[in-house]
Amino acid sequence: MSLRSPRRGQASGGALRRHRGLALLLVLPALLLLGALVVYPIGYSVARSLFDASGHRFVGLDNYGAAFTDHATLTAARNNAIWVAVAPALVTAVGLVFAVLTEKVRWATAFKLLVFMPMAISFLAAGIIFRTVYDADPHRGVLNAAAVAVHDTFDDQPSYPGARPRPGVGLDRVGSGDVTAPAATHVVLLPLVGVQPDTLPAGARTARRPDAGDGVSGTVFLDFVPGGGGHPGQLGPGKQGLPGIEVQLRDGGRTIATTTTADDGTFRFAAAPSATTTLVLPAADFAAPYRGVDWLGPALVTPAIIGAYIWIWAGFAMVIIAGGLANLPRETIEAARIDGAGEWQIFRRITVPQLAPVLGVVFITMVINVMKIFDLVYIIAPGPVQQDAGVLALRLYLVSFGGGNDQGLGSALSVLLLLLVVPVMLLNVRRFRGSRA
Amino acid sequence: MTTTQAAPAATASAPAPTGRPAVRLTTRLVSLTSSGLVQVVLIVAAVAWLVPTVGLLVSSLRPKQLGATGGWWTALTRPAQLTLQNYTALLGGGDVPKALWNTVLISVPATLLTVALAAGAGYAFAWLRFPGRDGIFLGVVGLLVVPVQVGLIPVARLEGAVGLFGTIPGVVLFHVGYGLPFAVFLMRNHFLEIPAEILEAARMDGCGEWRIFRTLALPLAAPAVASLCIFQFLWVWNDMLVALIFAGNDSQPLTVYLQSQMRQFGSNMDILAPGAFLSLLVPVVVFLCFQRFFVQGAMAGSVK
Repeated sequence: MSLRSPRRGQASGGALRRHRGLALLLVLPALLLLGALVVYPIGYSVARSLFDASGHRFVGLDNYGAAFTDHATLTAARNNAIWVAVAPALVTAVGLVFAVLTEKVRWATAFKLLVFMPMAISFLAAGIIFRTVYDADPHRGVLNAAAVAVHDTFDDQPSYPGARPRPGVGLDRVGSGDVTAPAATHVVLLPLVGVQPDTLPAGARTARRPDAGDGVSGTVFLDFVPGGGGHPGQLGPGKQGLPGIEVQLRDGGRTIATTTTADDGTFRFAAAPSATTTLVLPAADFAAPYRGVDWLGPALVTPAIIGAYIWIWAGFAMVIIAGGLANLPRETIEAARIDGAGEWQIFRRITVPQLAPVLGVVFITMVINVMKIFDLVYIIAPGPVQQDAGVLALRLYLVSFGGGNDQGLGSALSVLLLLLVVPVMLLNVRRFRGSRA
Repeated sequence: MTTTQAAPAATASAPAPTGRPAVRLTTRLVSLTSSGLVQVVLIVAAVAWLVPTVGLLVSSLRPKQLGATGGWWTALTRPAQLTLQNYTALLGGGDVPKALWNTVLISVPATLLTVALAAGAGYAFAWLRFPGRDGIFLGVVGLLVVPVQVGLIPVARLEGAVGLFGTIPGVVLFHVGYGLPFAVFLMRNHFLEIPAEILEAARMDGCGEWRIFRTLALPLAAPAVASLCIFQFLWVWNDMLVALIFAGNDSQPLTVYLQSQMRQFGSNMDILAPGAFLSLLVPVVVFLCFQRFFVQGAMAGSVK
């Protein structure tokens, strides 16, 4: 990158002067705008950060002190640190994996197009997309719908939230939520009420008295006839058996057998009834069904937003790294392969070290990007958890424009934000000077 | 994007050229199962990358009252529920057409102005001599990473003093200011790649510097101008933060309008989903049409 054309010196003095006029004409508009909109604001922010909210009283470094003691700002600083520590590394890693893997498939172009595309869309649109993806309601958020579907595949026990024993028929509900009944007779009826109609499984059939045998048997049923009728606590037409309920037989607190009710609500144990045995329907039978994960709750909101960020930027990392990969000398890799090195060894010992400069560029770009993160957090974090998810740029906006109305503190935050990128600024300048020499 | 696909496909399935047949067979088996695994991993990733956007599109095509009955994925088995009514309602009147138009009124001038100013300045920094040139350019390099947040308060005050705050020109001006460092940097580097002999030959033929710039240098730097146009356009089109502060009620772009709707999130998917899809449609079309320039720009911009 040479700065001068070698024969420039031969231009006549008149031409040079004309050049100078043209040069000023071309450069001045840009420089004036840069001066007024970028350089002056830096100085103004530094000065403004030393004054209070009104802008009239000099407060020294108080705004910076406030920034480091204010709870919301500290949370924001902590979250920014989490972002910088986690997001750039993850984006670079995912981009690297994608770049290496796509070299091995025929549909690489389609894949790259698909993964790169989110980079073109706004943080706002991506934010709305992920606000929907992360919706806690499994009927709205696709992630929780998938989580519930997977959960129910492995644990399809029906559960009857809200169900409770019919009072006055010898059933008891203990503190832990278990429902208990003495197992002193051969047939024990366990009538429950308060079962929500929509939790009744499709296979449920009319409750039936179990065939008498040597052991304890019984029926768990919904003691309620739609439309009325029937006798409380007794079986009858229209009363549904409750299938899939876990029933334990305990003797003096020790569980000696466990079974599950059939479609008509019946169950059977081999053990004979006695004065010391009890039947227990554990609290799990009445637990609320699995509803997925509260992605946008205070605990997970930052990791969730980082997930959305990876969705946006992994494509950028992938494309840059794939570009670097294409420029790598193939001979080393081929030689290693002939010497019997495995793909993983090649990846670890050859590809990654050779790619280090490219990975560094991607990583630093992401670090700068992440420090200024604003839109995504502002859009995805629901109002009540916005403070838990807060980052410096969001805090700056809220403090100066979004109701806080303290441009002194806001300026201090913007100076801090600027200080964070100063190392990269110096790096850029040094790298540029180096490339020129 | 299209350069790295042909060769590697062959190396994955081809066995190593040396070794006894047995070794070759195991190598082959290993590479077959591992390439199967690679396919699976990439298919899972592709689905993960596709589903969120498809979800937004399908949601935008569902009538509002269905939102309570089940997720957008129920439309995959019952496509009859899909309708364009949200879009016709949204574009039929009210705030969205105006916001969309404001987005255009902000993005187009902000792009053209930035690129025009940067092309001129970039050429001067590359090929013309004036006092302090190299030092000033180093300063521009330093400004590359200045966050827009630094400008919000001071420029708002500055624009307030001259009556630009809350207007479309005010938003445009801010975007030009913060687009310029990268734009000048990019243009100057591309102009420098033009061989000096070409410019010198034109000079010998009696061409003035202005004509050399207009008719020779600028066409030669066309790919850089194209990437820059695309990047600046997408940057401004997608911006929310700057417009949130600098645009008034009459000048707010689509992003700010949609942001103001976030408060009722959940009950207004008939506005948010189609609105968000409209706002991402233009960038995606631009991306698909100009992906080559987009990738070049992304590479050049990775110093930003």
